[in-house]
Amino acid sequence: MDETVAEFIKRTILKIPMNELTTILKAWDFLSENQLQTVNFRQRKESVVQHLIRLCEEKRASLNDAALLDIVYTQFHQHQKVWDVFQMSKGPGEDVDLFDMKQFKNAFKKILQRALKNVTVSFRETEENAIWIRIAWGTQYTKPNQYKPTYVVYYSQTPYAFKSSSTLRRNTPLLGQTFETHNSTTPLQERSLGLDINMDSRIIHENKVEKERVQRITQETFGDYSQPQLEFAQYKLETKFKSDLNGSILAEREEPLRCLIKFSSPHLLEALKSLAPAGIADAPLSPLLTCIPNKRKNYFKIRDK
Amino acid sequence: MLKEDCASELKVHLAKSLPLPSSVNRPRIDLIVFVVNLHSKYSLQNTEESLRHVDASFFLGKVCFLATGAGRESHCSIHRHTVVKLAHTYQSPLLYCDLEVEGFRATMAQRLVRVLQICAGHVPGVSALNLLSLLRSSEGPSLEDL
Repeated sequence: MDETVAEFIKRTILKIPMNELTTILKAWDFLSENQLQTVNFRQRKESVVQHLIRLCEEKRASLNDAALLDIVYTQFHQHQKVWDVFQMSKGPGEDVDLFDMKQFKNAFKKILQRALKNVTVSFRETEENAIWIRIAWGTQYTKPNQYKPTYVVYYSQTPYAFKSSSTLRRNTPLLGQTFETHNSTTPLQERSLGLDINMDSRIIHENKVEKERVQRITQETFGDYSQPQLEFAQYKLETKFKSDLNGSILAEREEPLRCLIKFSSPHLLEALKSLAPAGIADAPLSPLLTCIPNKRKNYFKIRDK
Repeated sequence: MLKEDCASELKVHLAKSLPLPSSVNRPRIDLIVFVVNLHSKYSLQNTEESLRHVDASFFLGKVCFLATGAGRESHCSIHRHTVVKLAHTYQSPLLYCDLEVEGFRATMAQRLVRVLQICAGHVPGVSALNLLSLLRSSEGPSLEDL
């Protein structure tokens, strides 16, 4: 297995949160059930990753396999990307084409490869008649950069295609060309959505606004990538009792109460990150919890000011 | 539920709580399923508060409760009897399903789609009220002791 491919797979797997790892690996469908069973997923992440890379080597993972893993990861984390929507239009008098998936894939790949020698194009079809296309861009003289790919999701039964925003903007007209040729008519119109997309229109999220607010705050607080692995956090409280009830015995107590709270988890920071999106806690979370990576400590003493 | 074969057009509205935001046009709602997570007191509290916003006509067979998490008893912070009592108070059926288990989820989805079709009036000869009385007559007398 090529060193660059190994590195690419390693970095992709490292991005995957531990709680999603088995699901994503299964969806990738590259390593066999038997191989996956030999992995102890309870170890430290680095050890799990090393083991997985060895298994990929055994199976001689190719660049295409690695690209597929990247697509699967992105499908699970599509909400972390910003997508632009393109609508294709047909000229007057055009017949409805019968869509041939194989022909589309071949044509798409050919057009890009003809224009740019160095480009990696990978496809993955999903159940909802969608095709996910991953493009890694290179130049005439450099190999494709696998870490800045563009994704295009095309729903074959519709005139819509979604493209992930990419820093490599110069390639947008080229992508436009691939679709033009396929549907052979007037150029594309661009419409930006920039919001969370739930691909199934039969599911309506009533609390969309709130959901988006929570997602945004969670992303602002925790960032896009995996949290550092932490197994516990401890808070020692020495605070006076506070209560709304008047005349309670504890409220009159002068001495602060001493109390120790310990949070433990196989991956504490990921667990905290998932609290608000899961509806278990309100967003934003208490800064006492979210300051852990910033302050670089997980033992806290809290006293009254 | 959407994966089920259903001759009618099925839409699912997901909401954290009621009332729903009023600024939206919605098709008629045929069934309300309150999902109560037995692991979370907050879930029960939320459900109780949301119930106050439901029009009385829904309680003629168009409401049901779905309790999840009963399988992991050690994680339950709500006693089973609490939800049984809640369902009894609102005269609506209570279903149990550990939503985390794929197999149970699929079966429950099937069941709910059938219930939904009846509530929407898409099953000739059976109404939501019929179904409700059918389900009620199978409840044991022990509920009266609660």
